[in-house]
Amino acid sequence: MVSLAYLALIAALIPLASILVETILRGLSAVSFSFFLEEIPPLGEPGGGIGPAIQGTLIVVALASSIGVPVGVFSGIYLAEFRHARIATVARFLNDVLTNVPSIVLGIFGWTLVVVAIGWSVIAGAIALAIMMIPIVTRTTEEAIRLVPATMREAAIALGVPRWKTTLTVVLSSAKKGIATGILLSVARISGETAPLLLTILGSRFWFSGFTQPTAALPVTVFNFSQSPFRLVDWPRAWGASLILIFIILIINIIVRYATREKYGASNI
Amino acid sequence: MIYKIDIENLNAWFGSKQVLRDITMKIKENMVTAIIGPSGCGKTTLIRCLNRMHELIPGARVTGRVLLDGGDIYGEGVDPVTVRRKIGMVFQKPNPFPMMSIYDNTVAGLKLNGVSDKHRLDETVEKSLKAAHLWDEVKADLEKSGASLSGGQQQRLCIARALAIEPEVILMDEPTSALDPTAASKIEQLIRVLAQDYTVIIVTHNMQQAARVSDCTAFLYLGKLVEYGSTKDLFENPKSELTEKYITGEFG
Repeated sequence: MVSLAYLALIAALIPLASILVETILRGLSAVSFSFFLEEIPPLGEPGGGIGPAIQGTLIVVALASSIGVPVGVFSGIYLAEFRHARIATVARFLNDVLTNVPSIVLGIFGWTLVVVAIGWSVIAGAIALAIMMIPIVTRTTEEAIRLVPATMREAAIALGVPRWKTTLTVVLSSAKKGIATGILLSVARISGETAPLLLTILGSRFWFSGFTQPTAALPVTVFNFSQSPFRLVDWPRAWGASLILIFIILIINIIVRYATREKYGASNI
Repeated sequence: MIYKIDIENLNAWFGSKQVLRDITMKIKENMVTAIIGPSGCGKTTLIRCLNRMHELIPGARVTGRVLLDGGDIYGEGVDPVTVRRKIGMVFQKPNPFPMMSIYDNTVAGLKLNGVSDKHRLDETVEKSLKAAHLWDEVKADLEKSGASLSGGQQQRLCIARALAIEPEVILMDEPTSALDPTAASKIEQLIRVLAQDYTVIIVTHNMQQAARVSDCTAFLYLGKLVEYGSTKDLFENPKSELTEKYITGEFG
């Protein structure tokens, strides 16, 4: 039984490890100091870097999070606190449906809603990604809050703390690790999304030039380079950009883990 | 004799299940009143009706009146939050906030309600922990986690936390049932001291404990108040046959 479990573990780790190793082997040669700082060259042209793509990804993801995190967290709080309300049941169901909407559909949504009105833009991409984030953050926030023991809530309420304040202080701070994990998961998920961005931010070779302008982003850049006929020049760049994308996600992970570490050592809940 | 709380025709339900039936009793000021009875008789529900915690459970309902110093806590326009600041509660299982230090746990009620005056908080921490007989044990470790204390210390921390908001009445729901005998005995001594300044109502399934700590005892059975009187009378000369059977251990 134990050996079977190890076998399954190895089977699960092989693809993960091979992706990482492959990306490092093929991408590392493209990565240099200037790779981070320079504008994206036209396909087939040597030199340049992916600076605007890194910048674009950070901006789009940050803007998407600033919309998606508050909406998701507050929806999650609502679903957890008023779990029996009829509207909560309906909202929870729709939220689950939204989780499974293919990302290209959200791209088309962003395109119809924003691109048609103001053109390819950072805003359009951020809205599409925010909609992708919301159901994940909502669900994980609800789960995290429901895990907070009722005794914790009762302790605060019995001290004459109003219910809403109890939720926003004691309950949220007990659930913050779970909520942060949900936010992290959703940020990691949208950082690598390509389909909705192709339809909304379009991609660009240049630095950020405003929220209503097209911009570059790492996944889109990886996609463009990988479609290039100049395989010797552009494919290592695609791998290099993938490597940096993986590292950004890794860094987000580390930051969140550090920020939510337990104040008093091991968890008490 | 002054009465602090006057319970009149109190009924309580969980959904369609009635758990308290027409309870009427008067609770004396600065005394310890024990509520005893077999599991499921409604003891806990009764004290949870006294600080309006019962109604927090979905489907729960209360009728009747509970007068605190003559004012009905179920009266129209009465905010349950203000009621809970006058009537504190200590729970069966010690439940300090695990993410807070001993200091923050003690003044949690003040801090969560927006008090930030450091001087006042410091004073309250010392006063409340002293009143809960915990100060000497923790005064050097106020920044440690409340969860790092032993079970008995945690329960005294919860008592300190309840005292910090300066209530007039303290409700205790089987406060020693999760503790070892030594820790339980410390809490019992503390209850006697607290009765000098507060009206204490304690739910217990332990009849020896009721006999040791309380001045008055109420016996509840199937949601009804069977007998209520001075602890001495109730244990030595029970009027009801049911009470006698219960305290002699024939059922329960």
